[in-house]
Amino acid sequence: MTSTRLAPLRAVLDNGAVFLTKEATATPAVAIHLAMRCGSAYDPSGAPGTAWLLSRVIDRGTLTRSAGEIAEELDGRGITVTVAVTRHLFSVFCTCLSEDFDQVLALLGEMVIAPSLPEAELSTRKGEVVTAIRQDEDNPAVRASETLMAALYPDGHPYGRPTKGTIDIVERLTRGDLERLHAERFAPGRLTGAIVGDVPADRAQAAAARVFGGWRKPSPPEIAIPPVHRAAERREIVVTMMNKAQTDIAYGFTAITRGDPDYYACLLMNNAFGQYAIGGRLGDSIRERQGMAYYVSSALDANVAAGPLVIRAGVSPANVARAVASIDEEIARLVAEGLTAKELDESRRYLIGSMPRALETNAGIAAFLQNEEFFNLGLDYDVRMPDFLHAVTLDQANAAARRLLDTGRATMVVAGPYQG
Amino acid sequence: MRSAPAAVTETRLDNGLTVLIQEEHTAPLASVWCWYKVGSKDERPGLTGVSHWVEHMNFKGTANIPRDQVKGIIEQFGGSWNGYTWIDQTTYLETATKDALDRMLFIEAERMASCLYHPDDCESERTVIISELEGGENDPDQLLDQELTATAFKAHPYRHPTIGWLPDLQSMTRDDLYGYYRRYYVPNNATLVVVGDVEAGDVRRRVERHFGSIAPGEPAPRIRTVEPEQTGERRLTIRKETTTEYFKAAFHAPSATGEDFFPLLVLDAVLTGAKGINLWSSFRVAPPQRSARLYRALVERGLASSVSGALIPTEQPFLYTLSATATDGVALAAVESALLEELDRVRRHAIGDGELHKAQAQLRARLVFDNDSVTNIAHQLGYFTTIGRLETFAEAPARIAAVTVDAVAQAAQRVLADSNRTIGWFQRA
Repeated sequence: MTSTRLAPLRAVLDNGAVFLTKEATATPAVAIHLAMRCGSAYDPSGAPGTAWLLSRVIDRGTLTRSAGEIAEELDGRGITVTVAVTRHLFSVFCTCLSEDFDQVLALLGEMVIAPSLPEAELSTRKGEVVTAIRQDEDNPAVRASETLMAALYPDGHPYGRPTKGTIDIVERLTRGDLERLHAERFAPGRLTGAIVGDVPADRAQAAAARVFGGWRKPSPPEIAIPPVHRAAERREIVVTMMNKAQTDIAYGFTAITRGDPDYYACLLMNNAFGQYAIGGRLGDSIRERQGMAYYVSSALDANVAAGPLVIRAGVSPANVARAVASIDEEIARLVAEGLTAKELDESRRYLIGSMPRALETNAGIAAFLQNEEFFNLGLDYDVRMPDFLHAVTLDQANAAARRLLDTGRATMVVAGPYQG
Repeated sequence: MRSAPAAVTETRLDNGLTVLIQEEHTAPLASVWCWYKVGSKDERPGLTGVSHWVEHMNFKGTANIPRDQVKGIIEQFGGSWNGYTWIDQTTYLETATKDALDRMLFIEAERMASCLYHPDDCESERTVIISELEGGENDPDQLLDQELTATAFKAHPYRHPTIGWLPDLQSMTRDDLYGYYRRYYVPNNATLVVVGDVEAGDVRRRVERHFGSIAPGEPAPRIRTVEPEQTGERRLTIRKETTTEYFKAAFHAPSATGEDFFPLLVLDAVLTGAKGINLWSSFRVAPPQRSARLYRALVERGLASSVSGALIPTEQPFLYTLSATATDGVALAAVESALLEELDRVRRHAIGDGELHKAQAQLRARLVFDNDSVTNIAHQLGYFTTIGRLETFAEAPARIAAVTVDAVAQAAQRVLADSNRTIGWFQRA
């Protein structure tokens, strides 16, 4: 049973690497999730996109294996390595059959510890990244989100920079730039691994120690994330893309850190406002009552620094003004009148009740354990989380709405066939 | 450890409802799916998109679930619900803690027999669906896929998109929707699937209680159109303002029960990496494809930034589609010629034993990964029952293991023929 209590096994290797392991026998498979503190926030100043480009090349050759050999090894086992870059983490994921676990962990270890970053691979992957950036330029949803983040986090703040970088920068990046980022930022003391699946927890720890135990390297100093400032006034930005059929709206605020004492109040408030069922109150108004949008919701990204609360909707260009007015109206009503006790209770029951689903699969448990470790939530967080939600009062949830939401300080971006 | 569909129990109520139950005691969850054998291929001209619109209407309140109580009906159990419509099927699901089982069955029984179709709700949903259509048109790949499919078929109703054509969405009436709902939403046209931490006997009793009194309907009408054999290559070019250019090639392909289906699935793994056979989950994780032929020919040579293949199990012969995104600065003609050259090579020289074994190993792993949750297992049972036979799913591992180099060669000969293909370009205007 995965739901009663996760109780993972946590061990710290003597080089500082942390491993969380958990046996789960529902399928004969194992999820491996390695997270290094080298997300896009660690990009050198003036070179956003370095971590992203490294993520495209890191699995394309190691000291002992060529790209072709890795390709054969992965494909022969029917597995895919996914490398993802978020603001703070550079993550390598893979789900494999349990019979392949030891060899796959060894391969992932080599990728993380000793990538060879071949020049030929770098050149091919740059072409892919440039194409992906060009696709983003043509995607109204991406343009709206990225423009909003740049406006909320200006002046080169790491949360406002494009994760993939820009075409100019990507084309200029060299193998030396990637080697330098890897040399400076990849270290055992900055690595957390989660291994979940059909392998006993202690055996997974032993395998992790074999692969990563010999890696000796001092930990780099942690970077400082610049302070985040609330917008002083309301701002509206239009990104006109007349070749598109629909407009995407991104409307948001800088919000809170994960460690903020109001975190659970904000989480519940946001769920009732823009998530519960089909998009909470926003969905009731914009999708269900007015039929204006196929999607509308809000998301709270509480992070190391104050992440954003972002409302997103896709609407016909003729309905942009009405949709923005409806968002304003729902915010004003929430701030003035607050949630009802029933709404708060529903969101609370949902967030607690959805945990067994979130923790059903190996990959889901691994992601949960990574989050637990990254934000220092404790190994019994799965058991304690309901208590944190139960402790939030209606007054606290309503105070959270007043704290985060203010139409007079909203920043909104409209991208699509719309000229303002 | 989870076992294959051998553990499924199948029963049929007197009103014709097929019920599949599989006990899975790995998490305190239950997943309920209700499948209807109706999809966009069952729509007549003028009513394209009606199946999908009906799906939307069936989340709007019923005789015994007032409109304002729909919200939260499953969420209060921590559950999620959803639905989808495609060419052969319409389906609805709830996954929640097992104490919500009765609630989930109640919702599906209500959905089958008692939806309201209030005229105001129909109107409000019209604009939601048009917004969904416009959102899809924002994506060049999706737009090209839609137009390519419409070009590849000239007679069979697989040709029109599931979301429907815009003029039909603008003109359809409440009575069109309600009539369609009444015709197809009958127990003898449905399959109910329950997978999870449940006891089969208990589930059967509850299903009988919720669904037993729903009257059967007339057998649903079935289309008879068979797509005539394609006699020559077809081409389509969409010219629009775009930053990126896209290529697709579609080939008429066997249905899930066709002789060539599993050999073609293996061939697709050789060309673009194995995807598995779960429409709900297979395409969410990238396939293992770095050593695949088209990946090497296009992506490793810098011609394309991505390449993919899609062979999806369907009731009637649909399409095998190959897609590539041209790398910035590369002409679509170069992508096309490299791709077709590779297909020509596989037709002329077949595949090697090593490639066969690698593709089979990939598919074996993907079938395991596809069944990692009660939701995914329940999807597979209902999906294959609806498009044809549950046995196709049960037998998949053995059928894949039995594929030979010769069978792949024959499938390549038949399916990848020049005269069987439709080429699509999405090009910068």
